[in-house]
Amino acid sequence: MVKLLLAHQKAKAVGPQDSEDQATRGHSYQCSLQQKMEKMARVTTALGSNTISGCTMFCHLDAPANAISVCRDAAQVVVAGRNIFKIYALEEEQFVEKLNLRVGRKPSLNFSCADVMWHQMDENLLATAATNGAVVTWNLGKPSRNKQDQLFTEHKRTVNKVCFHPTEVYMLLSGSQDGYMKCFDLRKKGSASTFSGQSESVRDVQFSIRDYFTFAASFENGNVQLWDIRRPDRYERMFTAHNGPVFCCDWHPEDRGWLATGGRDKMVKVWDITTNRAKEIHCVQTIASVARVKWRPERKYHLATCSMMVDHNIYVWDVRRPFIPFATFEEHKDVTTGIVWRHLHDPGFLLSGSKDSTLYQHKFKDASRPVDKANPEGLCFGLFGDLAFAAKESLISGGGDSNRKPYGGGGDRRYPIFFFKKPDLTEQFAHVSSALSVFETDLESSRMDWFVKTARRYLLSGKPFGELCDHNAKVAKELNRPQVATTWTMLRIMYSDPGSLTTATGISKGGSIPLMNSFNMKEIAAGGLGSEGRLDRAKGETRQDSTHLDPGNSLLNNNDENEETEGSEGPADYLFGDAELEDDDLYPMENENATAEEAEYILPQEAFPLRHEIMDNPSVPEHLQDKVDSPHVSGNEAETVCLTPIKSFSLISISQPLYESHLPASFFSPVVREMLQHYAEAGDVQMAVSVLIVLGDRIRKEVDEVTQEHWYTSYIDLLQRFKLWNVSNEVIKLSTSSAINCLNQTSTTLHINCSNCKRPMSNKGWICDRCHQCASICAVCHHVVKGLFVWCQGCSHGGHLEHIMNWLKSSSHCPAGCGHLCEYT
Amino acid sequence: MNVSPESIASPSSYQICNNCQKVLRKKEKGMRIPRPLTSGPSAFIPEKEILEATPVDMHTNLLLLVGDYSSSGQLNHLTQVMGLHPQYLESFLRCQFYLLRIDGPLPQHYRHYIAIMAAARHQCSFLVNMHVHEFLQIGMCLEWLNGLDFAPQRLRNLNEINKILAHRPWLITKEHIQKLVKTGENSWSLAELVHAVVLLAHFHALASFVFGSGINPEVDADASNRFQDVSVNNFCVCDLANDNNLEDSLLPGMMDSVSELEALMDRMKRLQEEEEEASQEEMATRFEKEKEESLLVTSGAFEDEIVPVSNVSRFVSDPAFGYQDFARRGEDNLPTFRAQEFSWNDHGFSLVNRLYSDIGHMLDEKFRTVSNLTYYNMATHEDIDTTMLRRALFNYVHCMFGIKYDDYDYGEVNQLLERSLKVFIKTVTCYPERTTRRMYDSYWRQFRHSEKVHVNLLLMEARMQAELLYALRAITHYMT
Repeated sequence: MVKLLLAHQKAKAVGPQDSEDQATRGHSYQCSLQQKMEKMARVTTALGSNTISGCTMFCHLDAPANAISVCRDAAQVVVAGRNIFKIYALEEEQFVEKLNLRVGRKPSLNFSCADVMWHQMDENLLATAATNGAVVTWNLGKPSRNKQDQLFTEHKRTVNKVCFHPTEVYMLLSGSQDGYMKCFDLRKKGSASTFSGQSESVRDVQFSIRDYFTFAASFENGNVQLWDIRRPDRYERMFTAHNGPVFCCDWHPEDRGWLATGGRDKMVKVWDITTNRAKEIHCVQTIASVARVKWRPERKYHLATCSMMVDHNIYVWDVRRPFIPFATFEEHKDVTTGIVWRHLHDPGFLLSGSKDSTLYQHKFKDASRPVDKANPEGLCFGLFGDLAFAAKESLISGGGDSNRKPYGGGGDRRYPIFFFKKPDLTEQFAHVSSALSVFETDLESSRMDWFVKTARRYLLSGKPFGELCDHNAKVAKELNRPQVATTWTMLRIMYSDPGSLTTATGISKGGSIPLMNSFNMKEIAAGGLGSEGRLDRAKGETRQDSTHLDPGNSLLNNNDENEETEGSEGPADYLFGDAELEDDDLYPMENENATAEEAEYILPQEAFPLRHEIMDNPSVPEHLQDKVDSPHVSGNEAETVCLTPIKSFSLISISQPLYESHLPASFFSPVVREMLQHYAEAGDVQMAVSVLIVLGDRIRKEVDEVTQEHWYTSYIDLLQRFKLWNVSNEVIKLSTSSAINCLNQTSTTLHINCSNCKRPMSNKGWICDRCHQCASICAVCHHVVKGLFVWCQGCSHGGHLEHIMNWLKSSSHCPAGCGHLCEYT
Repeated sequence: MNVSPESIASPSSYQICNNCQKVLRKKEKGMRIPRPLTSGPSAFIPEKEILEATPVDMHTNLLLLVGDYSSSGQLNHLTQVMGLHPQYLESFLRCQFYLLRIDGPLPQHYRHYIAIMAAARHQCSFLVNMHVHEFLQIGMCLEWLNGLDFAPQRLRNLNEINKILAHRPWLITKEHIQKLVKTGENSWSLAELVHAVVLLAHFHALASFVFGSGINPEVDADASNRFQDVSVNNFCVCDLANDNNLEDSLLPGMMDSVSELEALMDRMKRLQEEEEEASQEEMATRFEKEKEESLLVTSGAFEDEIVPVSNVSRFVSDPAFGYQDFARRGEDNLPTFRAQEFSWNDHGFSLVNRLYSDIGHMLDEKFRTVSNLTYYNMATHEDIDTTMLRRALFNYVHCMFGIKYDDYDYGEVNQLLERSLKVFIKTVTCYPERTTRRMYDSYWRQFRHSEKVHVNLLLMEARMQAELLYALRAITHYMT
């Protein structure tokens, strides 16, 4: 029966409200300076709002841009970079180059700009920060071609940022790599005051838009400092904002307590600094380090970011919805280096400069909205066959209702609504209401019990091949998986053939099968040299002996197995060995000596490939299976596999129907490979891997490494999901792929702390190097425990596993005498 | 080391390295060869000095540190010498541990093999032996140790960028990256490639340190294993210790070295105080001048390009590919790498950390430690701000690799670094295998050995960063 469970989350969809004007909302300010600033802001609004129009457009620059800035009236933009310093006019449909400020035949490094800022009060005033540490101001009103006004070379290292005071015409602030910030009074020759961050390089400085005297500085070591411009001796406040450099910060244009910071740790954080301790109120995780952050005008919760590396897009985020960008601009082909909103009070246009030497104006309406493309559907399988499915409600309620109803009866249980978000009307995010359905299954077919049981009970090594197959076949049969069971049995027959000696007659058919050619030749050769052949056989035995030992060895030592398998055990070798062994002439002799040589005959059956073709005749396997099984089991009773009885048996009874054909094991390899692939494709990677392990070298070379690795990793992953750690470990150990094998060799460190001084113990597990105390002493024998230490979780006393076990047999109290009644389970 | 000239001519079991051949040749001319100083961890630094510099409690601390981060838990010669600066050693070991042992894109044996490949480029038998040993301990794919030809194609593909990064990192382009990443079957994923590149840069730079500090080969107790036999015992005994201080008498005596130190401190003070404004043009030409001058700073004696025969060479293909000056006269100058365009902090870190998580933090800490490491003293003088000197060393290395800082006055380099030091720097960073004791001894005669090791650390990190910057910039170009 399938139960259907539903949880609803409803929210009203809210569309974008681009027309709303929030700028003129009333705010109360404490000091007159701020009122003055507010007035300024209004004036600019009045100036600009009528004139701004345009479309998404771009122009090619001659060189990569490092920074851009707009003029107050939003009609011009300045682009600065290492090899470019130009002013463009923003026209309706295009950028028009107005002025090239890079003059002179051999421009000096003072023109190599890291940052540029256009004064928001004086449209003739620009400032640039040069990579060589110079701060330069430019006066566009100058009549000469060279507009350079003043040059300050007080910084020792690259200046990362310049910032004009939002209302004061003559005040310019700079932040440099040398760790200093300087405030310049443009009426004077030098700096008015110097601020030392006392930490590392300054990455960004920003005057507060609302507080006349405050500015924020961000540092390479992750700190953000707030300063009062009147007090150069020390910062007002400092907090650690990011892990690693803070590349940028931006004051909220409306809310004076909000500061957004972006860092190398790929985060954008919004801080409320009105409280005593700066409080992180929003955090957006992006996919690359954040190079610039700019609040979007008129939208309280929106900010734009661009990245310094790898990611070329510009994102506009709603900080309340940190998981998916509100809008994305994807035009640039290289990293975006500068972003600026075109006008202080117009949220509709964003300008950006990039390393790809282009300057863009993005119209907000043209932005792509990742939300629209996002798939609000989610589907997930539980470990035990449950299925959870979340989708847009509209989708589900549409056609789904009729389907759902029938299951809605009896056992249906409604899951609690575990998330519910009150729709916020101011949020301009497309709201998605989705329904979550959970389907539980009782169907035997989709239960995964069989997987767990099979994994636990399968034997993959440690016994001869035949037994492994039989065992696994039995397991499969018990779990009601006849096909798998049959496969195991067939594998056993294919690769471990007791009837191998029937090859003699194979000659007649040999010609028709290409593989047989070489085989025949050798056989004849061996036949001709009877006595030598015997010697060869002995050789073959020893070799196969080592094959037999292989699975056992591999448990102990993977490397051994590796070496072994690298060696001489290819399929060709099998063929060769077979040819000698199956020599017809030799057979009688063997039989005679059988008793005498019995000790040597602890050969696994696996060493003898089958000589007949089963796959053509579907009825044969069943028949064969039964027959082969019975003698085999009897032969196994003595724990060691004695070949002789089986041989004689198969000669007499089994070999008859199989006379038609004689095939080496390698003949089956393609079939088995297909079979493995079939199982893997059908989702039973367990079978594929188990067979791969059990067959070992017989099949390993047939399947390419990558596929094998893939199977192994999938199976191991599944096992670990089911918490079958032991099985997964065994599989890892038994795998012959080095990539899988080394899984066991990683993350093997176990860190322990000293029980005395609580410091990590480094050298040895039982003695602390720092306090020179033995950390783990057995409560029974009072000696140091160097191996397994067992302790009571109640009183934390313990000791040698064995000692504690013995102690608790006779006493129920703790051996340490603490009076605790320890339990040993 | 009384090897008779006859034994050189006959194919002896000893392999004689380039240096020795030269020494021996000189010997033939009837010169006296001094016995190399080979006991202790370093051939350049008296063992006594190292032991004295690390008091007992610090020594145990070191042991603890090493125990945490190395497989053997023993102090090898390298860590002993580096232990002169325990603060740095810790971040170094943590980074190396992360590179070699913690889960990462590459399997363990690959990592050691890459280390071997990188060290072999500079014929650094110390590192090669160390990692051959580690490789043996892993016990996989042992046949690779027979040489580069036995390694899988995928690793052999790496050889191209190995040799470029080792000798002329400025030549690496996105095409090289593309070749590695898009070759079908034997391709590297970007994450693997970044891991490999960091490993390569790390071990190239470490080879510089090993040679620059004259680290002696380990005398391994268990010489029982095959490879140790081949690599250690059969290796030229002299190794690094040999030095051509044949002309010892020609060197200026100790008398003027005191005044040398005074003069250096004087210049530092002057530079700190003076507000001299160099014109823009002059600033621009100073870098060029320094770059050009680095051409002339060569160790002269090695004009002949004999490819050394040593048994690390089996890990090297195209051994003739060596260092060439970045600024070669008469040729088209390669574009200067602008540090402001691609810096470690802004760009390198983000990229490397993105593709191989957390390594960025490790490297960042290492670079930071080395650039902030100071004891506020110079030789016998205390309470001195050495920032300027450290920066000059760091930037001079980058200058030789063609990396320019706009905000640095390269005139400082000229004022602070004397010629013998420049020779040492150039040798250690560009062809460390040619470092000799004489070079090490001839600069800063007044300074302590620990201070010279400090110089080596700076050189090593500067070189590593330069290599990384070039490689990562190529990867960035490939990605965009």
